[in-house]
Amino acid sequence: MTTVDELVWLYAIRLGGLDAPAGPGVDGEPPRLLTEGDLVAVVGTVAAPRFDEAALAASMEDLVRLEGLARAHHAVVVEAGRERPTAPVRLATLYRDDAAVRRLLADRSADFLRVLRRVAGHREWGVKVYVGPEVAQEAPALPAPDAGRPGTSYLLRRRETRDRDERRREHARESAESLHAALVERSAAAHRFALQDARLSGRAEEMVLNAGYLVADEREEAFRAAVAESAPERIRVELTGPWPAFSFTDWEQP
Amino acid sequence: MTSGGLPVPGRTARPPDTHRQESTNLADILERVLDKGIVIAGDIRVNVLDIELLTIKIRLLVASVDKAREMGIDWWEHDTSLSSGNGSGDGTSPKSLAEENRRLRERIEALEAGTVAELEEGEADEGEGEPVEEEPVRRTAARRPQGRRR
Repeated sequence: MTTVDELVWLYAIRLGGLDAPAGPGVDGEPPRLLTEGDLVAVVGTVAAPRFDEAALAASMEDLVRLEGLARAHHAVVVEAGRERPTAPVRLATLYRDDAAVRRLLADRSADFLRVLRRVAGHREWGVKVYVGPEVAQEAPALPAPDAGRPGTSYLLRRRETRDRDERRREHARESAESLHAALVERSAAAHRFALQDARLSGRAEEMVLNAGYLVADEREEAFRAAVAESAPERIRVELTGPWPAFSFTDWEQP
Repeated sequence: MTSGGLPVPGRTARPPDTHRQESTNLADILERVLDKGIVIAGDIRVNVLDIELLTIKIRLLVASVDKAREMGIDWWEHDTSLSSGNGSGDGTSPKSLAEENRRLRERIEALEAGTVAELEEGEADEGEGEPVEEEPVRRTAARRPQGRRR
């Protein structure tokens, strides 16, 4: 039972299963399960003063607080989905009480089952591709500094460096696109995220591909093999996951 | 418990989970939990506009800080929740000093080079307020008034 002082945070919708994730959840609470037929809602009881409209609006503007919520939400979804098909719910979906969540499960069961059917037996993998090191080996000789015309040679050197970096990026983009095509062939669906700036990726190299792939369990080996076969001199590939199928839970998808 | 309607495939052949969420890149998590996952209308109306603004903020960071700066969007440098620097804008902040250093360095380079006009005419005598830019296109980017964009 929840009172007016409490709200119910919805983490994920799952197909069956009796084990609640250990948590802790977004408010430090132990996650619980609400079951309606085949569907299980993974929820947590949170304190209303910290999760009402005003508090949430403030949390969304505070990156430290937001990071805490995002990591806790994500961790609970990962745990909830270890054994059973699970559809993650977007961050900050809250209800007044358990009854409201049960009503949701009943009213939209066909929609939830359709999404769960799509992700069942699949996991999401993330692939991030960065510009590789190739030019280190093929660097053409730069014009030597000219004592008579220091400005001219300075600008020529600068231009040469710029052209070389552009060639390198172009090669990396080509290789990233062919890798993406190979991965699409080995997955049920793909989604491209915006490229991350170096400050967020934590990598010095420029990112040229950031994508998620919904991969059937039995094709994971082929998928990973395709990742491993990418041209190492042109691109550096980072595989993340497995993720809960966050990127493949749109109602409209086939 | 019943899992009637849907087949639950055997999970025995799976490789073990390699996921360690403690070490998972925050940007990777945010682009999923904020932008992906099932969208359901809850009882608590999270101010959608604010979340969209936040998503835009994070998208900008994710997409390209430099590109945003070229467009004159630089709110994060003044947003204490996103920037560790003090964006007081009083001309003595670390950022404005660094900017001035850069400008001076480039002017010294241009003066030392002397023949700069042969290759990139007009760049060296740019107005004193603007730094000498490497790529002409960047100079066309509109400079917007600074401050938080709400």
